[in-house]
Amino acid sequence: MKKRKMFLRMISASLMRRRSRMAVALLSIAIGATILSGLVSIYYDVPRQMGAQFRNYGANMILTGTSGSFTADDLAKACTEIPEKELVGAAPYRYDNVRIRNIPVVAAGTDMEQAQKTSPYWMVEGRWPSADGEILIGKAAAESFRFREGDMIEVDYTPETAKQGEETVTDNTLYFTVTGILSTGGSEENYVYMSMTDLEKLTGTGSRIDVAELSVSASSDLLSGYSDNISAKVGAVSARLVKRVTASEATVLTKLQGLVLLVTIVVLALTMICVATTMTAVVTERRKEIGLRKAIGASDKSIISEFMGESMLLGLMGGVLGAVLGYVFASQVSRNVFSSELSFRPLLVPVTIIVSMFITGLSSLMPIRSATDVDPALVLKGE
Amino acid sequence: MSLLELKNVSKIYGELHALDNVSLKVEKGEWVSIMGPSGSGKSTMMNIIGCMDKPTKGEVLLDGVDISKESKKSLTTIRRDKIGLIFQQFHLVNYLTAVENVMLAQYYHSIPDEKEALEALARVGLADRAKHLPSQLSGGEQQRVCVARALINYPEIILADEPTGNLDEANEEVVVELFNKLHSEGTTLIVVTHDPEVAEVAQRTLVLRSGRLAKEKINENFTGKIRFDDQTPV
Repeated sequence: MKKRKMFLRMISASLMRRRSRMAVALLSIAIGATILSGLVSIYYDVPRQMGAQFRNYGANMILTGTSGSFTADDLAKACTEIPEKELVGAAPYRYDNVRIRNIPVVAAGTDMEQAQKTSPYWMVEGRWPSADGEILIGKAAAESFRFREGDMIEVDYTPETAKQGEETVTDNTLYFTVTGILSTGGSEENYVYMSMTDLEKLTGTGSRIDVAELSVSASSDLLSGYSDNISAKVGAVSARLVKRVTASEATVLTKLQGLVLLVTIVVLALTMICVATTMTAVVTERRKEIGLRKAIGASDKSIISEFMGESMLLGLMGGVLGAVLGYVFASQVSRNVFSSELSFRPLLVPVTIIVSMFITGLSSLMPIRSATDVDPALVLKGE
Repeated sequence: MSLLELKNVSKIYGELHALDNVSLKVEKGEWVSIMGPSGSGKSTMMNIIGCMDKPTKGEVLLDGVDISKESKKSLTTIRRDKIGLIFQQFHLVNYLTAVENVMLAQYYHSIPDEKEALEALARVGLADRAKHLPSQLSGGEQQRVCVARALINYPEIILADEPTGNLDEANEEVVVELFNKLHSEGTTLIVVTHDPEVAEVAQRTLVLRSGRLAKEKINENFTGKIRFDDQTPV
């Protein structure tokens, strides 16, 4: 039998046949590794989770035309600069002055589906328009016109060409069904929202985008990079960040990550103390065995390698348990705090195991070194 | 050349002379008993002969090497290669089986060999108990595992410290019989004991008192067998 095989046989026998003793040590390591792995999962998932939360506060990037307006192609090009999985939504807006009951109103043409993604905080009483001929009325506008959901309204537009001195002005007119009343708490409540094609039809002009709102789930550094790339690569578009959103997101993230990091360090220290205490108890309890091993010829190096082997095996088992339980713990936190699923990070499994083994080894070092001080003569006379 | 020779060996702790100018020789293949009351210096002598302690004065020659001048590391090597230890309390590793306990001595000495360890257990009559844990063995069986562990590396000397101290008469006889067998195979035995019956089985008995060698008795009628009817102290 090779020495290595006997070594493994000894350390596994020590763990398996002294289960109750070792269970305490394993428990302390596993708990430490669980909290550690869980907190690290949360630490790395917080930006994604918080990003998703912050996306509820609206767009964080605004695109405007460098010379007034830009096209849908320019917007599509700009969007290619942002990774697909990070782009939550990109809503184009075009604004024109229309008239309802002869009173001027600002009409906004947009992509309703994208607008819902970039402005999730918009409250719609009724439903969002889903087809041409449907319109969303801002709450203030609806109150002044006394419009309700389901009303049929007439929207007029005086073409630009008609204003150039023609005596008889013929307005473009379209009829819309009010599908919902929009509350935002902002100026949007004075506008009416319709599809881009309806507004183009009403105004009789071609496609045009005045401004686009983008919601991107990324850190402020990445956002700045995307914004710079868009401005540099898409000539017709100028991108800027919505500072109040990105800055507060960065601040909250930094503080939250700092807090998680601090708790992780404290847990790490507590785990080390716990493991060191347990290993000290294990060594003290096994002084006679150490004395015997030394009496029958074990060198200090052998004693250290055997105890370290046991520690490493405990660390390995604790690490595996911790990686599994840590994911469960982090998933629960993610579900309860952020109401979303945690993304599994495969790399965290080997990292947890290695860290667990390292911490166990490090905290066992002192008690194991003291094991070599045991006098082999201890075993004589049954001392 | 004697296998073991102590020349004017003293071990002094402050004012206390645990061993005081002791000289003795043990020849290869000899069976020697050491007796004496508590505090007579038996343990100190065992520690020194067993390479677990060094004398304050004097020389200890083991196989021609003065072990009193060796480093702690060298003493570990000498102990591993030349000495087999048998303890009163057996001192088996409680989570290793009988055969694994024997293999433990092989592990520190050279290469563990399960077949050889099983043969050693068979020699002490425990072939069928090889896979048992110490807690599943009787005191006598545990001591026999301890003997198998001591002889597995073919040591120059077997040093037994009160080997029958925790055994009943039947097991005492079994252990003494094992010693007789080892002695007949040429193994050198040094047995520290309180028990006169065990002591006088040896070829020679040394009596220590207050750290000095007080008496030496040669067993003219050496048979290697224990005699329970003879209670005469040495």
